[in-house]
Amino acid sequence: MIHLSNVHKSFGSAAVLQGVTLDIEQGQSLVLIGASGSGKSVLLKCILGLETPDSGTITVDGKPANPPQFLDRFGMLFQGAALFDSLPVWENVAFRALQTGQERPMAKKRAIEKLDRVGLSAKVADQFPSDLSGGMRKRAGLARAIFSDPDIIFFDEPTTGLDPIRANTINTLIRGVVDEIGATTLTITHDLTSVDAIADKVAMLKDGKIIWQGVPDELRASSNPDVDAFVTGRAAP
Amino acid sequence: MTRFFALIGAASFSALAFLGRLSFFAFDSLRHIVTPPFYGRAFGTALIQIGFLSLPVVGLTALFTGGALALQIYAGGARFSAEAAVPQIVAIGMVRELGPVLVGLMVAARVTSSIAAEIATMKVTEQIDALITLSTNPMKYLTAPRVLAATLVTPFLVAVGDTIGIMGGYIIGTERLGFASAAYLQNTVDFLEAKDIASSLVKGAVFGFIAALMGCFFGMNSDRGAMGVGRATKSAVVAASVLILAANFVLTEAFFSA
Ligand SMILES: Nc1ncnc2c1ncn2[C@@H]1O[C@H](COP(=O)(O)OP(=O)(O)OP(=O)(O)O)[C@@H](O)[C@H]1O
Ligand SMILES: [Mg+2]
Repeated sequence: MIHLSNVHKSFGSAAVLQGVTLDIEQGQSLVLIGASGSGKSVLLKCILGLETPDSGTITVDGKPANPPQFLDRFGMLFQGAALFDSLPVWENVAFRALQTGQERPMAKKRAIEKLDRVGLSAKVADQFPSDLSGGMRKRAGLARAIFSDPDIIFFDEPTTGLDPIRANTINTLIRGVVDEIGATTLTITHDLTSVDAIADKVAMLKDGKIIWQGVPDELRASSNPDVDAFVTGRAAP
Repeated sequence: MTRFFALIGAASFSALAFLGRLSFFAFDSLRHIVTPPFYGRAFGTALIQIGFLSLPVVGLTALFTGGALALQIYAGGARFSAEAAVPQIVAIGMVRELGPVLVGLMVAARVTSSIAAEIATMKVTEQIDALITLSTNPMKYLTAPRVLAATLVTPFLVAVGDTIGIMGGYIIGTERLGFASAAYLQNTVDFLEAKDIASSLVKGAVFGFIAALMGCFFGMNSDRGAMGVGRATKSAVVAASVLILAANFVLTEAFFSA
């Protein structure tokens, strides 16, 4: 359903993506791993049309993803949550509904439901993003990403900065949207527990290329030194 | 020597490219002002932020300037026995030039800086990206309401500034310089023409447009990081101030050159 073919992206002289080829099937949960700074977030932004690849093609359902035309079907959790400072949390979560003219009381009710799903109380709804902790902002961002039940959802490090119990809630939630709604998801994570909990397929990005793909079980058994380094936390020889 | 010309060439080339991007941005924001969807709430907030909350600073600036103007004209006029012209010259000076220019510069200081810093921060923290992914055009949601609000509300600020400036002159004129109250006001009203007031308001609209546009433009084009936000804010205020003064000259020329 999402297909990337030989995608290149540089910033000035820094080549970040150097020929990424990757497929994500309908209803699949793909997890993207890779060292910090390897270009995972940039790859996501290319699919979303927020960055334009220098070369290569990205298609969604066979149609080019750039210029951005699938945004109504996409949900996105940014690495830094990217909540709008000027709006209270519930207006952030229900942003899309408010822009399309939904009544405010109804939108607020739905926002509170979504906040509940990510483990945030209704009290948080009227607070501003600057009043929340980093992990709470992340979860509010997650509520915004899943608000309008998109069928393609991107999560950039959804569990980073969360305690293990909250992280577990979020992993269950992500797995839930895949299993129950049939959404297609791409999740970036550094967290092995998350990989096990949500991945149908794992891909590793290194040196601007996908150097390994497989199912989670193969991850631990892999003899690839970079994959082994990710699993054991020891630098690759 | 060729190096020197190459440098000049490169500099003028990038200046032209900059002007091109700026005019494109200006036309783009105008286009988004007139095409739906319209963001009423954002527009309302911008009106209050730019208009209502600028009133104190505009009032104070105009009051002191009007007072100082009256003192100067009296002192200067005394050298050729023209002290009596204080009401007329204060009126014309405030309405034609000082009112719009001071309000324009105050709006640049207050509004351009806050718009630039806010939008640049949104850019740096990926809030602009988030807007796009939520199917909302940042030009429509952020730029259009601010530019429209500033263009509509700055003429009102100018009208307030003109009036308070004249009042500043009146207070000094009657309390310190011995003018009769009724005669001072009568002189002011008789002397001002419709064209003076029209030029004042038109200048206000143009300056408001420039102030908000610069804030949005430099904010949207901010570099990454806190340094980027700082630089965007500084550049926006400088560009707005210079452009306001330049536009003021052009408008004065257009309205009043014989
Ligand atoms: N807009 C940009 N301009 C210039 N360089 C950029 C830009 N966006 C990303 N980069 C660079 O691209 C590289 C990859 O960044 P990216 O954010 O994709 O890393 P990442 O894999 O998501 O890392 P992390 O796991 O730490 O989030 C970095 O070196 C970064 O400095
Ligand atoms: Mg990242």
